[in-house]
Amino acid sequence: MENNHDEVIREVTQNEYKYGFYTDIETDTLPKGLNEDIIRLISTKKKEPPWLLEWRLKAFQQWKKMKMPAWAHLVIPKIDYQDIIYYAAPKQKASLGSLDEVDPELRKTFDKLGIPLDEQKHLTGVAVDAVMDSVSVKTTFSETLAELGIIFSSFSEAVKNHPDLVKKYLGSVVPSTDNYFAALNSAVFSDGSFCYIPKGVRCPMELSTYFRINAANTGQFERTLLIADDEAYVSYLEGCTAPMRDENQLHAAVVEIVALERAEVKYSTVQNWYPGDKNGKGGIFNFVTKRGICKGNDSKISWTQVETGSAITWKYPSCILKGHNSIGEFYSVAVTNNMQQADTGTKMMHIGRNTRSTIVSKGISAGKSQNSYRGLVRIMKNAENARNFSQCDSLLLGDKCGAHTFPYIEVDNSTSIIEHEATTSKVNEDQIFYCNQRGIGTEKAISLIVNGYAKEVLNKLPMEFAVEAQKLLQISLEGSVG
Amino acid sequence: MSMSQEYVELFKAKEQLLEKASPSFMMNIREEAIHQFGKTGLPDHKSELYKYTSLQKLFEPKYNMQLQPSNVEFRVEDIFNCDVPNLQTRLEIILNGFYKVNGTALTRLDNGIIIGSFAEALRKYPELVKEHYAKHAGFEKDSLVALNTAFAIDGLFIYVPKGQVLEEPVQVVHLPMTGYDTMLHYRNLFIMEENASAEVIVCDHTLSPFRFLTNSVTEIYIGSGAQFHYSRIQNEHLNSNLLTNLFIHQEADSTVRSNTISLHGGLIRNNTNVLLNARGCNNETYGLFLSDKNQHIDNYVNIDHAKPECTSTQLFKGILNDQSTGAFNGRILVRQDAQKTLAYQTNNNILMSDEAKMNSKPQLEIYADDVRCSHGATTGQLDENALFYMQSRGIPRQEARLLMLYAFAHEVIEKIQVTPLKDRINHLVDKRLRNELSRCNNCSMACGDLPIPD
Repeated sequence: MENNHDEVIREVTQNEYKYGFYTDIETDTLPKGLNEDIIRLISTKKKEPPWLLEWRLKAFQQWKKMKMPAWAHLVIPKIDYQDIIYYAAPKQKASLGSLDEVDPELRKTFDKLGIPLDEQKHLTGVAVDAVMDSVSVKTTFSETLAELGIIFSSFSEAVKNHPDLVKKYLGSVVPSTDNYFAALNSAVFSDGSFCYIPKGVRCPMELSTYFRINAANTGQFERTLLIADDEAYVSYLEGCTAPMRDENQLHAAVVEIVALERAEVKYSTVQNWYPGDKNGKGGIFNFVTKRGICKGNDSKISWTQVETGSAITWKYPSCILKGHNSIGEFYSVAVTNNMQQADTGTKMMHIGRNTRSTIVSKGISAGKSQNSYRGLVRIMKNAENARNFSQCDSLLLGDKCGAHTFPYIEVDNSTSIIEHEATTSKVNEDQIFYCNQRGIGTEKAISLIVNGYAKEVLNKLPMEFAVEAQKLLQISLEGSVG
Repeated sequence: MSMSQEYVELFKAKEQLLEKASPSFMMNIREEAIHQFGKTGLPDHKSELYKYTSLQKLFEPKYNMQLQPSNVEFRVEDIFNCDVPNLQTRLEIILNGFYKVNGTALTRLDNGIIIGSFAEALRKYPELVKEHYAKHAGFEKDSLVALNTAFAIDGLFIYVPKGQVLEEPVQVVHLPMTGYDTMLHYRNLFIMEENASAEVIVCDHTLSPFRFLTNSVTEIYIGSGAQFHYSRIQNEHLNSNLLTNLFIHQEADSTVRSNTISLHGGLIRNNTNVLLNARGCNNETYGLFLSDKNQHIDNYVNIDHAKPECTSTQLFKGILNDQSTGAFNGRILVRQDAQKTLAYQTNNNILMSDEAKMNSKPQLEIYADDVRCSHGATTGQLDENALFYMQSRGIPRQEARLLMLYAFAHEVIEKIQVTPLKDRINHLVDKRLRNELSRCNNCSMACGDLPIPD
């Protein structure tokens, strides 16, 4: 069986990155480097109002005073922030009115990814706001959504068309000075998605953005702002891919979610950015700040993530449970292989009464990768009857990888109940043996077991994503047990 | 002058005194240690290890550093006797950080076992001490250990040669007793050679109402196949602060069980570091704390699985009352070599008051794949349904609560294998839960219930 395992490992390590194609389209880039002029230039290029520029500059001033966080269980090579292009937009020929006007190269890229930017969009029922290298290329279904009063547009359009909403909520969940990468993003963010669901509206379709990092040496700094007004509901999907590149690329995004009274937001991510090759060369640095606030009573925010890509992941989607009876959820599958490193988890801040949170995290590490769960559950003094349940499981495939769990539990209240449990183990030999003796090969058996292991989280994904996530899991890992 | 610099200056001022008490190899280590401390200083709240315990504040008041044995006119052991009925123990007293000589400073038993003053052992058996001293408690990354290494002069020394069994459990009473605010550093070294076996019970008590800060380091070497049981009862007053640093080095097929019961005290921080350095080690680390008033109790456990086929179990429980705060930080490190590791860690806490606060940080850091590791942590309160059930059976609510707390605590206490000691601790915990004086029958002291100075 050992031999069989070795073979399987080799197969997996030789598995090339499936989405590594490079779209050769003209891009409009600014020179490398970061300074006030660059920020002003970005702001001018995007025709932004003065208050936004001020906001950016303030964040930049703060960022200069900050230091890169070093507490994560990661080895991050030194990043030269002056050696990054902070803005790269696909060159546009005026505004686009119909799909036909979209650059054919660009459309091919999306087709390869299976993004329904053409007729298929009606069949799949997915409204996509595709972000390629910082500028929203096309927003579909806007009209259908507009009828319901839903605003779903690129961030820059939202700044133009709905400045009041943007001004009111921008930075309200993740302040511009929140952390090093959030400050960097606030200073230089190029584009992103904006979504507003009005009172009492249930968004009839899954909203989706697709991020791709395309041009070499460009950092992707997108910003997503999602607001669900009273009694609104929305399910939002985010998928990420990046072509193969040798140099590491920086991605520092910010996602902010605001859920008002009785609103519900479901945010799902499938991240399969280029993880670098088997020697750890290249790959994306994914340093993302995601946070939602359950501002109103009885509101709910649910994060689901499937993380299979990126060379280094630093990401903690969090919930601030401010409204009474609000609910926060975090479901995560994080897979690392080869030289990948991931330090990911969540924060649940219980502020309101009867707030509840659930954390289910499944880590899978293979190759020489390091996979850490880091989570904070904080129960504030007034969070009476708060309830938290956390479960963090790690699966080790191979004896050169690492799986770590760093939970922080801070309880300031005697009426709350907090439970945390974590296990770490390898794939059960008995289970493999059972499959073997039923005529299922080791590789297939492991694939089955891993899929079963992650099922609890995959089940939380919307249909379209669940299928993709399952495939990704297979590509990244199938049978890699040693 | 910065705080760390003050200690460097103090070291210089007391250099002659320290030099007199240490052979040259030790003086070199002292100098390295104080140099290290001067460089790093005390960890602040930004340090992951001291995130929930502020050492800065603890070291702020002025203390007198105790660097010489105290003279007392009476026989401490006559009036002070931790009473464990039906348990014959060998009583050793560490008074203000120095071994209290009762007859001889160092006793050599017929079977070669040596027990007594650490300072005396250093004089009589320098080679034996040198082999282990500062080898298990590294001060390079630990400021408290560095400070202790620089200043600690005496403590308890136990040496059990190959295959020998220490028949009588050793009861060590650590006793600060001065007429002023005092900082104490003492150092214990226990060496268990191959297949040796011993049982040590440590009691922390206070005899005077002043402010104390004790920073102790205990190094324990456990040879192959050796067995060692370690129990610690911490029962002091609110102004008596304890920083304990326990370092256990285990060789193949050895077994160590340690229990730490914290009943009373000011700020208590127990650091337990275990290195499982060869195949087949078994380590069990248990802890129970009951805190009230503005007490702070922090247990840190680091189990380093360096070699394969070792087992470790941790169980820590806490009951917090009033405005007390607690912390648990347990880390299991499984190195790449350590295949077939079994490691478990549990931390359960009950918050009895809204002012109480508990921070828990159980951690797993695993680099080997063929392992089974798990941890669990809960923080909550007593089950209302269970209380109601008992009330409906005619048990008063107060009594029902006590019963449940007692049952909660019992899980840790029952791990103590010496029955008389277990009974005694059960009794003390029961009293403690009832807020009664935890006074030993034969002792004229009222530990833990002294008037608390401001």
